[in-house]
Amino acid sequence: MNQRVTFRGWWLPILLIAPQVLISVIFFFYPAGQAIWQSLFIPDPFGLSSVFVGLGNFEFLFSDKFYRASFVTTAVFSILVTLCSMIPALFLAVMADRLIKGSGTYRTMLIWPYAVAPAIAGVLWLFMFNTRVGVVSWYLGQLGYDWNHVLNGGEAMGLVVIASAWGRISYNFLFFLAALQAVPRSVIEAAAIDGARFWKRFWTVVLPLLSPTAFFLLVVNIVYSFFETFGVIHTITSGGPQQSTTILVYKVFADGFVGQDLGSSAAQSVVLLFVVGLLTVIQFKYIEKKVHY
Amino acid sequence: MSKNINGMVEKRGSGLWLTHVFMIIGVLIIFFPIWLAFVASTVTQPEIVKPPMPLWPGDQFWENYSKALFSGVNVPVSTMLVNSFIMAISIAIGKIIISLLSAFAIVYFRFPGRIFFFWMIFLTLMLPVEVRIVPTYEVVASFGMLNSYSGLIFPLIASATATFLFRQFFLTIPDELAEASRVDGASPMRFFWDIVLPMSRTNIAALFVILFIYGWNQYLWPLLITTEPEMNTIVMGIKQMFPSGDDVADWPVIMATSILAMIPPVIVVVGMQKLFIRGLVDSEK
Repeated sequence: MNQRVTFRGWWLPILLIAPQVLISVIFFFYPAGQAIWQSLFIPDPFGLSSVFVGLGNFEFLFSDKFYRASFVTTAVFSILVTLCSMIPALFLAVMADRLIKGSGTYRTMLIWPYAVAPAIAGVLWLFMFNTRVGVVSWYLGQLGYDWNHVLNGGEAMGLVVIASAWGRISYNFLFFLAALQAVPRSVIEAAAIDGARFWKRFWTVVLPLLSPTAFFLLVVNIVYSFFETFGVIHTITSGGPQQSTTILVYKVFADGFVGQDLGSSAAQSVVLLFVVGLLTVIQFKYIEKKVHY
Repeated sequence: MSKNINGMVEKRGSGLWLTHVFMIIGVLIIFFPIWLAFVASTVTQPEIVKPPMPLWPGDQFWENYSKALFSGVNVPVSTMLVNSFIMAISIAIGKIIISLLSAFAIVYFRFPGRIFFFWMIFLTLMLPVEVRIVPTYEVVASFGMLNSYSGLIFPLIASATATFLFRQFFLTIPDELAEASRVDGASPMRFFWDIVLPMSRTNIAALFVILFIYGWNQYLWPLLITTEPEMNTIVMGIKQMFPSGDDVADWPVIMATSILAMIPPVIVVVGMQKLFIRGLVDSEK
């Protein structure tokens, strides 16, 4: 770090940093430590004592076909959410960037969904596709398609994906629009003089310049769909039908709080800890790259 | 050929109206769920349960909203709104205060354990609530903080993001300012109040917008620790308004509640758009 003017004394800075450190220790490190510790034990059926099982919980976890299925569900879910939120956002941003007048109004309208909590988004989409009263499901019925996400796992997945992606379109749109507006006009003009039409310019000149933003959004959206979509799933499907929308975070909740299986839930927390760690490292690798860029 | 002077890049050329058409279709699709919720909150229950429901608002606005606000399903929505406000504002202000102080300590002092604490704060980035729900719940329960505001607020208040943002910003404050106040014999806290804090105003405001929405939209944590309806926040309380079993949900009241739940964050986002976008970009980098 660069040389900076600093103040003398050491008790004052410790006092200043104490609140954050204290809260981090009590609510972050101690619980995380507990999760790791608990993941090594199995409590007896009466909850009176625990038996040390080493990595037994993990072995059991990975031999459990529901848990492995949950991994696949999470992967499918997060890929779909990322695609369904980034592609429309990019399209809208490219359109908005072409407009000189009015793009501000469109932007104001498009950022609304960002403010809507995932759980509320879940309620809104549930309402539209509700099997009894939903408007969209009713019109689908008129068209001869019998929508029922309560019984059909694929439809349930589709619904939670759309409801989760919806609010993220706003977020991605803002970042894509900012990146598009930062593309130097001279580069675009040069391509135009060379005779490249709009879409040709977009594919060959603009899109490569957007790739850092796109990569950043890719990682951020995956993190979002892993950890922040709990509200959507809990309100729409509660993980069903037949666990077809049980993503990893939902399973920690379902096994720990509903099923009261603390050893397994703790082991799942530890697995998630590794996943977050990995994603954070990827994110920082990206930031590092951009700093040198 | 005449358009080539200004229109080398065909910005206002052929496809302009088409662009508007695409934008309008996009906005309509994105907006439709919110519109439908609003319509549902202004009609009667029979109009909804006999599909298709109308797509234009009815005349039951006051009836549904006053029913939601003052009687609700389990608890009046006004109570949940107050809880949400207390939670969101405390989380935002609390995060900003503790992050400002710790970033100030890290940037302007050299003290034993500085690097250690820095990394410790950094590591909390990797521990979202969702990952440590059961043990964090046990900690909060052992403090007797279930069904309390402190239980809602404190576990969410430590934020590495805000600390890093302020640290980045403090590093751009010219050294001369700190030097000058040191020469003048001003205490560090005086420097903090008179120089650092006023200079951070815009960053604080931008961060407040983001953190308010973060706090307001929390779902899993309030769901775990508030078992009494009087402590429910609005975002998690909506799910509790759905009946269990085969009863038909009171859709107009539930949709009125959804609209009420999104109004405060939407006002913040749309009303403070510039600050919001700035906060968004800052807090992600």
